[in-house]
Amino acid sequence: MLHEEQALGKVYDGRLMRRLLAYLAPYKMRVVMSFVLVLAASALKLVGPILTKIVIDDYIAVGNLSGLNTIAAIYILALVLQFVVSYFQIYIMNMAGQRVLADMRGEIFSHLQKLQSSFFDRNPVGRLVTRVTTDVDALNELFTSGVVTIFGDIFMLLGIMGVLVYLDWKLALVTFAVLPALFVVTMIFKRRIRVVYRKVRTRVAMLNAFIQENIVGMQVVQLFGQEERKFGQYSELNRQHTEANIESILHYSIFYPVVEVLSAVAIGLIVWYGGGQLLLGTLTLGGFVAFIQYSEKFFRPISDLSEKFNILQGAMASSERIFTLLDTEVEIKTPAHIVAPGHDDGSIRFDTVSFAYEGEDWVLRDVDLTVRPGETVAIVGHTGAGKSTVTSLLMRLYDVQKGQVVVGGVDVRDWDLKKLRRQFGMVLQDVHLFSGTIASNIRLGDQTISNEAIAEAARIVNLDEWVATLPRGLDEEVAERGASMSVGQKQLVSFARALVHDPKILILDEATSNVDTHTEVLVREALERLLENRTSIVIAHRLSTIQRADRIVVLHKGRVREVGTHQELLAERGIYYKLYQLQYKDQEIDQLRQGFVEASPSI
Amino acid sequence: MSRLFPYIARYPKPMVFGMIALVLTKAASVLTPQVLRMTIDDLTVAVTVQKLAFYASAIVALAVFGGFFRFWMRRLLIGVSRRVEYDLRGDYFEHLQTLSSSFYQRWRTGDLMSRAANDISAVRMVVGPGIMYPAETLIVTVAALGFMFAISWKLTLIALAVLPLISYAVKKFGSAIHKRFMAIQEKMSDISALTQENLSGTRVVKAYVQEDHQRDLFADENEDYYERIMRLVKLSGAFHPLLALLIGIGTALVLWWGGAMVVNEEITLGELVAFFAYLNMLSWPMIALGWVVNIYQRGAASMKRLTVVLDEEPVLRDGPEQFEAPVSGRIEFRDISFSYKADSNGARVLRDIDLVIEPGQTVAFVGRTGSGKSTLTRLVARLYDVTDGAILVDGHDVRRLSLKALRSAVGFVSQESFLFSGSVGDNIAFGRAEASDNQIADAAALAGLDGDIADFPESYATMVGERGITLSGGQRQRATIARALLVDPPILILDDVLSAVDTETEERILFQLRSVMKSRTTLLVSHRISTVKGADQICVLDEGQIVERGTHDHLIKQEGLYASLYEKQLLEEELDRI
Repeated sequence: MLHEEQALGKVYDGRLMRRLLAYLAPYKMRVVMSFVLVLAASALKLVGPILTKIVIDDYIAVGNLSGLNTIAAIYILALVLQFVVSYFQIYIMNMAGQRVLADMRGEIFSHLQKLQSSFFDRNPVGRLVTRVTTDVDALNELFTSGVVTIFGDIFMLLGIMGVLVYLDWKLALVTFAVLPALFVVTMIFKRRIRVVYRKVRTRVAMLNAFIQENIVGMQVVQLFGQEERKFGQYSELNRQHTEANIESILHYSIFYPVVEVLSAVAIGLIVWYGGGQLLLGTLTLGGFVAFIQYSEKFFRPISDLSEKFNILQGAMASSERIFTLLDTEVEIKTPAHIVAPGHDDGSIRFDTVSFAYEGEDWVLRDVDLTVRPGETVAIVGHTGAGKSTVTSLLMRLYDVQKGQVVVGGVDVRDWDLKKLRRQFGMVLQDVHLFSGTIASNIRLGDQTISNEAIAEAARIVNLDEWVATLPRGLDEEVAERGASMSVGQKQLVSFARALVHDPKILILDEATSNVDTHTEVLVREALERLLENRTSIVIAHRLSTIQRADRIVVLHKGRVREVGTHQELLAERGIYYKLYQLQYKDQEIDQLRQGFVEASPSI
Repeated sequence: MSRLFPYIARYPKPMVFGMIALVLTKAASVLTPQVLRMTIDDLTVAVTVQKLAFYASAIVALAVFGGFFRFWMRRLLIGVSRRVEYDLRGDYFEHLQTLSSSFYQRWRTGDLMSRAANDISAVRMVVGPGIMYPAETLIVTVAALGFMFAISWKLTLIALAVLPLISYAVKKFGSAIHKRFMAIQEKMSDISALTQENLSGTRVVKAYVQEDHQRDLFADENEDYYERIMRLVKLSGAFHPLLALLIGIGTALVLWWGGAMVVNEEITLGELVAFFAYLNMLSWPMIALGWVVNIYQRGAASMKRLTVVLDEEPVLRDGPEQFEAPVSGRIEFRDISFSYKADSNGARVLRDIDLVIEPGQTVAFVGRTGSGKSTLTRLVARLYDVTDGAILVDGHDVRRLSLKALRSAVGFVSQESFLFSGSVGDNIAFGRAEASDNQIADAAALAGLDGDIADFPESYATMVGERGITLSGGQRQRATIARALLVDPPILILDDVLSAVDTETEERILFQLRSVMKSRTTLLVSHRISTVKGADQICVLDEGQIVERGTHDHLIKQEGLYASLYEKQLLEEELDRI
């Protein structure tokens, strides 16, 4: 996990960059406007030294004071203009850039909605959340300032060069003499720092991986008394990390002074050669001063280089992760050719279904199973028998490897995926509640469900008794995903949720957790009403539910081993009989612990 | 923040010399405009080419001088920050090593990690750039202002006329920006929470076909976030341009007033140009100041977060006693009670345990999940201290023993079969780095892992973990057993270590281990009756108490909890065989 997070991204990757920039396409106008404005702002930044030149040559030199006011006014006007232009440039670029980021967040989220369950089995939620949040955030600067300011800087450099040539082309050429050196120094620095960056990142990754591993395994380290040895290994990694960083300091410590010296050489050249020109009368004093001021402006963007480097590198690493996620293929989706069920009666059929979550680890083998419309079928089996898998396959959360799952007479792979899933109402062991009210948790996104229908459903599943005690009733907020609610209450909410959606087929994974006797009665009653007149598949844990089922299917090691009613299967004295005893034993121990012994129910 | 000073104080030399270098490099940069002043003043009157060449070389010479010290400034000052970072990382890790299991139970790994990764970096920034930039700013400001006043106090006051406006703008903008920034952070955590909730409920989302609805919910939050950001940009976008404007107005005023002064011969043209240069030097510190404040705020918050961990007292104090003779392995539980919560009214996980285990005995602990059997064995290795009573090993209270002595006497194999990244061989030799290949192979054979290792691509040198092969749960468990056996401890604790292997393999391994167990005291925890059947004594725990004890046959006859567990087990085994 750590590896992916700290993958050693390239500093610059053209392929990624092009793909990133493509996101700006819908906002072309904004980008173009921002671009024009950044050019205008750069041009306005060039005004200062020119005005200084005019002041020196045309007013100070001849002692003309009245004109000075005009120039000062023009200067301030230019500054105000620069302010306005810069402000709008930033604002408009953000209008494009922030939109792009919002689009990306939306795209990632939508893509996550489409991805199949097997993807979520492999990827921890926390990591996926960072794709939407921090990874997109890391692109912020690239989109809102990076792209455009680079062009602004380049334009300003060109502008300065143009003005210098205009002022005195010979002096300009002499000044430019340092540019090749500057170019070479920058290239060398860039290459060196890239290598060092890579080294630093590798070592940071190693160091962090080491800490992570040792925090998790600290108990083992302590039990074996290996603290010193581990600390030694850690110190070595720590030292290497520090050394790599100090190496990067060295490069910066050399680069900055060298740029500074080169800038001083440029000014020295201006003083020496420009001074000479001045003596010859080909350059004015104002022009001389302007030259010096321009050359100072010239070197600043180059010093900012390192910062841009960091932005770029962060952006590359994050976008790589984002695109990897976006490129994950949606494997389970509505097929191109949908087969509409003829008369959708809510029947279910498993035709020699085999399924494995991974490779050849078969969870289900050659499972044949038919559920007739309106029938309640209980699935029982020991842990790991494949019970939950059956329900997942029905809703096509996974695709089978062999055989087929048929719902309403049509293979689930030929259904419109959404329509298929709307056939089902699902109640899981662990009730997932969304933030919102109790009512919104029952209704979910379906706005066609009226408040009355929700209240009615709540009444039917015995939720009303508890809801009546809440100050806001069904509109009570569910705090922290139901942390304050009891297991029983949460179950009843999920019953109401299933009921109100009135599904053709109900899938119920009964919760095993103990609830108090009163709640147990409420839940049992609610369950009865929920199962009434509905095709249902129940992964049963309650004896009462099992006894009430039309048929019981015994899954064992991925195979259907026994089918029949409660009485029939008990009489067979096979797997079901043993399972029944096992569960009964559990109950008996519980009862012993609680200090009351009931007469064993006769079998 | 005061916690940081001792770390910096360890490097007085580079700190002092770095500061000297800083002063010298800044001295060079504030002197350069003076050379320009002389050049221009000479140019307005009369100058020779030789003099120009002299000035030109002076500028370059100053730059070389300044550059030389700038090199040392960065190297020394930023270098100190990296050394402080190194020390902090070292102390942090070393401290983590002293903290006991109860600490790691309370803290999430991710949290400890983010402190190591992000917070130490944030603190580092305070020591490096956080010292260097303010110092630079201070010196440049004082020197530039000095030179400016020397040129003309009137002009200086005019140039600084915008200063109150700037500080007003910084203050005003600062708090408004902060407020809007917080609003953005809030929205981001909403987005994060929504995503988290959506992804952890993916089954419900899919089952109830809520994808579109969820997308709409997300889009709303996303849009809100965009709007909040744009509200911030409306303000923050103006901030830097406004600063540039105000500073620019200062420059324009100087041009206007200063120009007149030159004409009136109150100052020279060279002085005016130098004045511009100094004004320009002042503008950067003002922008940098906000940045430095940010570094300090983050650094202080991070240091606080680090301090919380560094101030965590190790609960398990090392004892003074050593074993006088080779450890025989007698263990005595003297009326112990235990609760994971430090305060005495926490729920008791173990109550009134009285038990003596003679040297060489094998004692098994069975019971349901949560009955306290694993906890009991953890107390012997002193991963936790008992709440009441005492545990004695060879007559020594474990709390009086040196941790090292105790733990080298106890080989503890826990349920979580944790392996380090590295080779299989290294992992087995974890507790005895000097072990020979033969010894490693023997331990692996005893644990029943040798056959598996022979099938690995590079035998014992095969890497395991993220960069190597993935071991099955059973293989990992056997590797941890081999790791403990190699140390050859007089007391061996096996805490449900064969749960991930099938019954047959388990029986084979147990058979091999029998010789090992015979020669030492063994504590065995298991869910499976088959594992514990042969033990000298079996203790059945329920709700933290020993409710039954005796041999297998004895307990079966009692027809109590053990007998019913056994019955259930037989049923399960039967089911398993079908």
